[in-house]
Amino acid sequence: MLLIPCPWCGPRDEAEFHYGGQAHVPYPQDPASLSDKEWARYLFFRDNPKGPFAERWSHAAGCRRWFNAVRDTSTNEILTVYRPGEDRPSSEDLSLTATSQQRPATSQPLPATSQPRPGSPARPAFEDEARPGPTGVQGAEPPGGAEGAAPLEDGTGRGGGGDHPFRHPTRGRIDRTAPLKFTFDGTEYQGYRGDTLASALLANGVIQTGTSIKLGRPRGIFSAGVEEPNAVIQIEEPFPEPMLPATTVELYDGLVASSLPGQGRLATEPDPARYDAVHAHCDLLVVGAGPAGLAAAAAAARSGARVILADDQPEPGGSLLGTGELLDWVAETGRELAAAPEVRVLHRTTVFGHYDDNHLLAVERRTNHLGAQAPAHVSRERVWRIRARHVVLATGAHERSLAFADNDRPGVMLAASARSYVNRHGVLPGRHAVVFTTNDSAYAAALDLAAAGVEVAAIVDTRPEPGPWADRARDAGIEVLTGHAVTGTEGGERLTAVSVAPYGEATARREFAVDLLLVSGGWNPVAHLFSQAGGKLRYDDTLGSFVPDTCRQAVEVAGGANGVLDLAGALAEGAAAGARAIEAVGYTCEVPRLPDVAAVPQAPPMQVFLVPGAAGAPRFVDLQRDVTVDDLARATGAGLRSVEHTKRYTTAGTANDQGKTSGLLSSGIVAELLGVDISALGTTTFRPPYTPVSFAALAGRHRGALLDPIRVTALHEWHVEHGALFENVGQWKRPWYYPRDGEDMEAAVLRECRAAREGVAFMDASTLGKIDVQGPDAGVFLDRLYTNMMSTLKVGMIRYGVMCRADGMVFDDGTVIRLAPDRFLVTTTTGNAATVLDWMEEWLQTEWPELRVHCTSVTEQWATVALVGPRSREVLAGLAPTLAVDNDSFPFMAWRDTTVAGIDARICRISFSGELAYEINVSPWEALALWEALYEAGRPYGITPYGTETMHVLRAEKGYPIVGQDTDGTVTPQDLGMSWVVSKKKPDFVGKRSFARADTVRPDRKHLVGLLPEDPGTFLPEGTHLVADSELPAPPVPMLGHVTSSYRSAALGRTFALALIKGGRDRIGERLYAPVGDRLVPVTVASPVLYDPEGARRDG
Amino acid sequence: MLAFRVPVFRGIRATPKEPAAMADTAARRSPLAHTADRFAAVTRSSRGALRLAELPFLAQVTVRLDPKSPAAEAAGLALGVPLPLVPNTVNRGGELAVLWLGPDEWLVVGPAATTGLAERLRTAIGDEHVTIADEHAAVVDEHTAVVDEHTAVVDVSAQRTTLLVAGPRSRDLLAHGCPIDLHPRAFGIGRCAQTTLARAHVVLVARDDLRPGFWVLVRSSFAGYLADWLLDAATEHVGQPALQVS
Repeated sequence: MLLIPCPWCGPRDEAEFHYGGQAHVPYPQDPASLSDKEWARYLFFRDNPKGPFAERWSHAAGCRRWFNAVRDTSTNEILTVYRPGEDRPSSEDLSLTATSQQRPATSQPLPATSQPRPGSPARPAFEDEARPGPTGVQGAEPPGGAEGAAPLEDGTGRGGGGDHPFRHPTRGRIDRTAPLKFTFDGTEYQGYRGDTLASALLANGVIQTGTSIKLGRPRGIFSAGVEEPNAVIQIEEPFPEPMLPATTVELYDGLVASSLPGQGRLATEPDPARYDAVHAHCDLLVVGAGPAGLAAAAAAARSGARVILADDQPEPGGSLLGTGELLDWVAETGRELAAAPEVRVLHRTTVFGHYDDNHLLAVERRTNHLGAQAPAHVSRERVWRIRARHVVLATGAHERSLAFADNDRPGVMLAASARSYVNRHGVLPGRHAVVFTTNDSAYAAALDLAAAGVEVAAIVDTRPEPGPWADRARDAGIEVLTGHAVTGTEGGERLTAVSVAPYGEATARREFAVDLLLVSGGWNPVAHLFSQAGGKLRYDDTLGSFVPDTCRQAVEVAGGANGVLDLAGALAEGAAAGARAIEAVGYTCEVPRLPDVAAVPQAPPMQVFLVPGAAGAPRFVDLQRDVTVDDLARATGAGLRSVEHTKRYTTAGTANDQGKTSGLLSSGIVAELLGVDISALGTTTFRPPYTPVSFAALAGRHRGALLDPIRVTALHEWHVEHGALFENVGQWKRPWYYPRDGEDMEAAVLRECRAAREGVAFMDASTLGKIDVQGPDAGVFLDRLYTNMMSTLKVGMIRYGVMCRADGMVFDDGTVIRLAPDRFLVTTTTGNAATVLDWMEEWLQTEWPELRVHCTSVTEQWATVALVGPRSREVLAGLAPTLAVDNDSFPFMAWRDTTVAGIDARICRISFSGELAYEINVSPWEALALWEALYEAGRPYGITPYGTETMHVLRAEKGYPIVGQDTDGTVTPQDLGMSWVVSKKKPDFVGKRSFARADTVRPDRKHLVGLLPEDPGTFLPEGTHLVADSELPAPPVPMLGHVTSSYRSAALGRTFALALIKGGRDRIGERLYAPVGDRLVPVTVASPVLYDPEGARRDG
Repeated sequence: MLAFRVPVFRGIRATPKEPAAMADTAARRSPLAHTADRFAAVTRSSRGALRLAELPFLAQVTVRLDPKSPAAEAAGLALGVPLPLVPNTVNRGGELAVLWLGPDEWLVVGPAATTGLAERLRTAIGDEHVTIADEHAAVVDEHTAVVDEHTAVVDVSAQRTTLLVAGPRSRDLLAHGCPIDLHPRAFGIGRCAQTTLARAHVVLVARDDLRPGFWVLVRSSFAGYLADWLLDAATEHVGQPALQVS
C-alpha cells in the first residue's frame, strides 16, 4: 500500500485516493474546431512511459481535493505532488527530491526520512488512569488467560523423560509439569507444553510424517521451523486445517492430526473462530527476536520511539533457543522490552509481506496454541497492518541441504534443526548419527548431540582442512572424515545406514549404521522481506549465498539475514541498526548492554551443491515437489537458461514451503549444469506471503453482514416490519416489493402497479443522490455538464437532464431544481451519487477553477417519498392544507416549500411513472412521521407501498430508460431517442463534440426500442439476444441487439421489454426473433413508450 | 408566484415557526435510535474501557469560502471562533467546533439544540457574492489565488450522525478499521481527519479532553453498518460477541 502525500492532509494510505489518469491533458479550448482524429486523440490516447509520469489524483476519502503527482511507473514511488494549476516540476527538481537512491542494507548513519516528525517523545500520553494500555501501537491485548505465554523451562528441567523414548531427561525448555495428549495418525501420544507437534512426535520416536506427493517415498521431519518441506500435516481436531508444517504447530491438549500424501483437505464446515485485523504505526519495526533483532529493539527501547518487535515464536531468542546460548540475556532483554512504554512485542507473529513505503503485513497466531480451550471472543488470528518509518529485518538464516544420493529418507535432518530439538525441546532426533557438512556450523550441532547422549559416528566434511572446529570434535571423541562426502543412504520408514567416500567419488568406501544423518550445506540469509521491499541481493562468495545489498526503502538488515552468522557480529550489527533507525527519526539512543561473546575461530565454508553418489539413486532438490537433480538437468537440457524458467518447468520451489530449503540449492545446481557462475544466475523472485496465511485471517471481519457496508434509509425499519423484500442497489438496500400473504413476486408487483396506475401508491425514494450546487456561476457550470440548458430554468421549477462523458456516452440522469438564482439542487441516480459529485469536483478543480461554484452532497440531508397515482393529489391536499395543489397553482415540474402533516417539506411535482405524482422531501429525522401520516391519510384510497420492481415496470411502460440498465457506457442520448435533451444552442458542453464523430452518427447504432412478444404471455429474460431470421443460420449468427429490461405489465395486460437494437427506430413494426432456451420467440419492435403515449395521465 | 426561499429545517431556523403537534421533536428519529441499547450494553460490560453512544441531531453546517477573503473573518466573528487554517485541525469556541475539511471547506458542529446556525452564517458572510459577482467577474484568473467573495453555507445536520467512541480502549477499537495513526503524538487534542473506518468514510475528531475519546461523524445511511462494525470490534473488550456475523 503506497503512502501518498496529499498536498493538504499529508501522507495517507493509497486506498484513500482515486486515480485520475494522466495530468496536463487540458480540455481543448474549442472542441468544435478539432478534427475527428484530434478529438479522438484527446479522448482516448494517453502516454504510458516507463519512469516519471505526471498524473492526477484525488484525495477522495479525505479532503476531496484533486492534485497532481509525479510517479515513477517502474517503482511506483511518488516523486512529488503539486496542486492543480501549478507547473509540473522540472526533472532536475525531481532528481533532487527523489528518494530512489539505493540505500545499502547496512550502512553509515542514514539521512532522516522524508516525513517530518515533531519528535516530542517527552510528551505524556493521555491514556485514562483506569487501564493504562500500551500507547506505542494500537490494538487490544489478548484478554488475560488467552496468551498462555508463561515462561517455559530454562533448560535445566527436572524429571525423567516419562514415556517418551527419545526425550532427554533434563534438557529443553518444555514444561514437564504440563503433559499434553495428542493423536497422530490414529495413535495417541503425549508431549509437553513447549513442544511443537514435530518435537513431540520425535520424542515419541516418530520421524516419518507422510509420503511424498509424486513418488510416494517416505518422508520425515527435516527441520525445526517454517522452512519445513516434509512434515506437512493435516489438523483434524479441534477444527480441520490443511497443510501445516508440524514444526510450526505448537502442541496443545486434544490435538488430532494426520499425515498427508502431499495435499490437505479443507474443512466442510464454516470456521467458527474469530479472525480480525488491526492497524499499527511505529517509528521502528524490528522483524525477528533473535540476537540481532533483540539487540536492535533494545537499542531503541528507552529512547521514547515507538517500536514494534515481531517474532514468530512464542518467546524471544530466535536461534539462541536452539543453540542454548545467552538465554539469561534474552530473558532480561525480553523483560525490559515488555516494560518499555512505547514498545510492543508481538510473539507468535509472522511478518509475511513487505510492501511499498514500509507497509508490512503480519499475522499473529493468538489462540491457536490453546486448541479447544481458546476463548471464542478472542480472535484466533490477527492480521497486523503495520506502517513503519524504519524497518530492521533480523530474520536470520535458513540452513540448506545438499544434493546427494537418497537424501530424502526420514532421519535425514538439517544439522541446526537437530541441535534445536536437543536444546529447546529436550528431544533426541535419533540414537546414532552421522554429520555431513561443508562448513563449521554443523560441528556445534554434533557436539551438542554428543553431549546429550547421541552417538555421533562421524563428521563427514567436504573440506580438506576444516580448521579448529574439527579439533574440538576430535577432542570430544568424534571421528572427522575430512574431504569426504555422503554417497548414499539406506532405509525405509527410517534411515538405517549412510555410506561415505572421499568427496568427488561416487562409490562408497565406508558405511555407517545410523538412524540420523545431519546435513549442513551452508546458510541462506532469509532475505524474503528485504527482496519484497524492493531490495537487491548480491552473491557473497565467502558465505556461498545471496545476501541483501541495497534497497530504496528505509530498511536495514542485521545478523544472519545479512549474512553475519557469528553471534558477536550479529549482536553488534543489530544494536547499531536499531540505533541508526531511531536516530534517523529524531530520537536519541542509549547504547544497550550487549553480552560478551567469546570469539570462536572460524574456517571458511566450502561451496557445494551437487554430491556424486550411487548411480540411479535420486538426488532430491525440492523435497516437497519431488524435484531431483535429473529433473533440473532435463530442464537445462530443454534449453532453459533462467532459474525462473527451470522453476516453472520442474515446479521446484512452487510448493507451500516456497523452496525455503531448496531455492538456492536449485540455483546452484542449475548454475553447475549450465557451467555458469551462480552469482550471474541469481535466485527466483521472493513474493509475499513469506509463509502461507489462511484466507480466514486475510478476510478478518469482512464477512457476513460486515462484508460490505449496507446503506439504509431512515424508513428502513418500516419496510422490514411491513414484509418488504430488498434489492441491492449499489450498497443500498431498497425495498423491492412488499408481498402480502401468499403472494409471489409477480402477483405483488402487478398489485402494486395497479395501485399506482388506478389509485395511489408511495415509495421510499430517499436513495437518489442529491447535490447542492451554488454560486454565481452555478448555471454556467450545469450548462457545461448537462446536455441540455439549465441556466434558463426558472426559480421554482424543475428540469430533467442528462450528463454525458466527454465521449458522448450517457453517464447519469436526474432532475435539477432551481432553488434560487445562484442555487440548484441536482439529483442523481442512486448508484451514481458519489461518482457524479466526484465528476463535478474534478471539472471544477482541474479544468474550470475560475467558476465560482461550490458543490455539497446533501443525499442524506433529505428523505424523499414518491406519492404516485391519480388519487395522490387528494392524499396530499389532506395533509398540506396551506398548499394549493390544483394543476394551475402547482404545475408539473414545479416545486413548493410547505408543510405536510406539520413537517417542513419541499414537494416536487415530477413523475417517473407517467402518473400524477409528487416527491415529498423532508428531514430524514421526520421521515417516519411523514410516511406514517401518508399511510394513514391514504388509507381511504387504498394507498399501497411499492418497491423498485414496480417502479421499474411503471417507468418501462413509459419508455423511461434507467442509466446503467438500459445503457452500458456505449449509448448516446440520441441512441435513447432523447435528441430533445441535447441542446443545439449551447456552444459546448461535455460530450457535445463527440455527437459529431463519425461513429456516433452511424445509422446502424443501437437504439432503445420497445419489444412485444407475439405471445403476450411469453417473458423474455433480460440479456436475451435478438436475431433477424426465424431459423438460426450457421454461426456466426449476426446479433441485432439485446433485451435490457423485461416485465409483465398490469396496465398493458401482457409482457413487454425494452431493447437496444441496431437501427431500432427504423425497425418499428418489424418482426425479430429472440432465442430463449432452444426456441426462437417471435417479437415485434415497437416504440419504447407503450403506455399513455399522449401523456394524458401526468396531471391527474 | 410564491416567495421562494432557501428552505431550512427547524433546528436552525432563526425564528422557528410553530410546528404542528405531530411533528414535534418527539417524532424525530435519529439514524441509530435502534442501536442505543446495544451501545449502552457495551459501555456497561466493558466496565468503562469503552463508551459508545450516538450523539444525535447535532447541528452541522458546511461552510465554503476563500480563507483569504473577508468572508473568512466574518465567519469567524459570527461563530465566535476563527476558521482553522491548518489542515485537519479543529477550533473550538463556546459550544461550537469548527472542523477543517478542505482548503476552502469547514464543518461547523454545534449542540443539538442550536438554532439558526446556517442563517447566522449566511447573514454574516453569505449572499455577498450575488451583489459583488459583477465587480469580480473581470478579475478572475484561473491560476492565481483570487480573493473571491463567493461563499456557500449548507445545512447538513442530517447528512451525518455523530458517534461517541471514548474510553481507554477507544483508540484500540478504532485501530481495527482506521488506517491513520491515532497515537496522541499524531492525533491529539485539536486534530480531526476525514478518512475511512472499516469500509465507511468518516470524519474523526479527537475529543477536547485529556481522556482518550473521539467523535466519529458518519453518513446517516452508513451509520447502521458502522454501528454493527463497532459493536463487533468491541467483542474482545466486552468479553462476549456483541454481534453474530455468519
